[in-house]
Amino acid sequence: MEVNHDISPPFRDQAYGWRLRLELWWRNFQSFLRDLRAHPLAMAGGIIVILYLFAAIFADQLTVYDPTRGDLRLRHIPPAWEAEGDWAYPLGTDSQGRDLLTRIIYGARVSLSVGFLSVGISVVVGVLFGTLAGYFGGRFDAAVSRLADLLLAFPFLIFAIGVMAFLGPGFTNLILALTFKGWVEFFRLVRGEMLAEKTREYVEAARVTGQGHAAIITKEILPNIIQSVFVLGTLRIGYMIITEASLSFLGLGLPPDIPTWGSMVATGRDALLVAWWVSTLPGLAIVLLVMAINIFGEGLRDILDPRLKLDG
Amino acid sequence: MFGVAIIVFFFIRLTPGDPVDIMMGQGGAISAGELDRLREEFHLNEPLHIQLWYFLRDAARGDLGYSYVLKQPVTSLIAERLPATIELAGGALIFSLLVALPVGIISAVRQNSWLDRLSMSSAFLGISMPGFWLGIILILLFSVRLHWLPVQGRVALGSGLQERTGFFVLDSILTGNMAALTSSLLHLVLPSITLGAPVAAVIARVLRSSMLEALRSDYVTLARSKGMAETWVVVKHALRNAMIPTVTVVGLQVGILLGGNMVIETVFGWPGLGRMVVKAIFDRDFPLIQGTVMIYAFTFVMANLIVDVLYTYLNPRIKM
Repeated sequence: MEVNHDISPPFRDQAYGWRLRLELWWRNFQSFLRDLRAHPLAMAGGIIVILYLFAAIFADQLTVYDPTRGDLRLRHIPPAWEAEGDWAYPLGTDSQGRDLLTRIIYGARVSLSVGFLSVGISVVVGVLFGTLAGYFGGRFDAAVSRLADLLLAFPFLIFAIGVMAFLGPGFTNLILALTFKGWVEFFRLVRGEMLAEKTREYVEAARVTGQGHAAIITKEILPNIIQSVFVLGTLRIGYMIITEASLSFLGLGLPPDIPTWGSMVATGRDALLVAWWVSTLPGLAIVLLVMAINIFGEGLRDILDPRLKLDG
Repeated sequence: MFGVAIIVFFFIRLTPGDPVDIMMGQGGAISAGELDRLREEFHLNEPLHIQLWYFLRDAARGDLGYSYVLKQPVTSLIAERLPATIELAGGALIFSLLVALPVGIISAVRQNSWLDRLSMSSAFLGISMPGFWLGIILILLFSVRLHWLPVQGRVALGSGLQERTGFFVLDSILTGNMAALTSSLLHLVLPSITLGAPVAAVIARVLRSSMLEALRSDYVTLARSKGMAETWVVVKHALRNAMIPTVTVVGLQVGILLGGNMVIETVFGWPGLGRMVVKAIFDRDFPLIQGTVMIYAFTFVMANLIVDVLYTYLNPRIKM
């Protein structure tokens, strides 16, 4: 009887390898979705975040009013459910007669892009530095760790306020201010995990089989720690959004002509006595989004990385 | 701390704009000679590393420079505002501990009860809420609708308060002014709750989880099997061990108290450091920003140092 001992040809086939990998990813994704179904709250959070994303992307199609130009004759119309409300302006209008719902939808653009972008850049920088510092150690590790400790001496919001004070308002500056210190947490997480992982047997095994440093880092170690990064990243997005809103509230975020939730709350504060909705509703948009992100993040943590779990 | 000073210094010098122009911003005509004399006085015509040297030397002597706009020494401006900020931070810390300690303990002891669920969901709300928004909601509810509490400031006008220390609560006790005491305490309520709420939320969550862990540990089982009263087990054995992670978190939360105070002081018109620095930013009053940020960083570092010391007290296994 003829037995085929040669099992290598199909694996040498590049396309086959990729098909296997894709199938594996797809299966992992499906099992993740199954896990998510066991966490209904996390799923609800995820759905709310997706709705916000949808609103932010299709803001132009979803709204009929101009978010920046209003009609002063229409100022301070209360939300539709109040006695003098008008369904043409479901959440009412602000002090310049602009539709509040329109502005809140446009504000989602700023908050979401700031949140995702600042965390994204922080993750890239933090993972890169953390990997190099944790894996190779040496002078680079000492230098970057020192810098990280130094940055930790500043409370986050104060640091961001300080940076914005000197760079001035603007989108790029805002992202800079948030990432300037934001990467430190990811750096510390990845560096610590790297230090712990690199002494494990599987890394040893990979080294024995002759894999290079780059291959060991990217193929062996990083896949094992990337889930923690993902979880921390999700939880940080909410924090970044709150920080951005606080900066905008103080007038240190974006230029005043761009509608942001923080600046809407700040301007609405002057009209608090006559029009409570102008200030409170944009704030409610922040609370709902940040809560959804945090709930989703905590669910994600329970599924992906139970070690980080808070409730023991 | 030295590194912090250098970072702060460079950030400020890297920004565009001539400080002398800023100083003269509101003023009328001034001769070129006078401008040069001012530049000389603030060492602005020297190279950057010499300026850095002057700054560090003066800071070490406790001199943080001279405000461009308010035309007063930065240290005295800070000293003037610091009591208000400390009073508010103290109020917030007291509020958060008063809420978080019982809530954290009870939630852990009665895990999964409705009380636990309720308090943990409110804690969740607490960490997802921007402070300025909570402040506005509270003002709207308690000041505008119910008229229970004042909207802004530290004390009612005409309460006849004589300032001694700058801490209004203390001052009114010292001078025996009951009206001022109630007024200043009432003014403290809303800002303290607003500033303390996120801190309370974080502390309660951490305390609950570390209490849960402690309650499941062997030494608690042992204490129970010895027939110790449950209250005593919870307080003496579980709580003491659960305090270790909690104290760390409290130390880190000082950062929130400090950073949040810029926002909260703005919301409530509280005349402290936070409001001063926000105004200084708009005035581009660099020495003032520089000095205040230094004080913030210094306080933050000190708070974490105190936490380290507390640590060794709570956990004798750690040696400093």
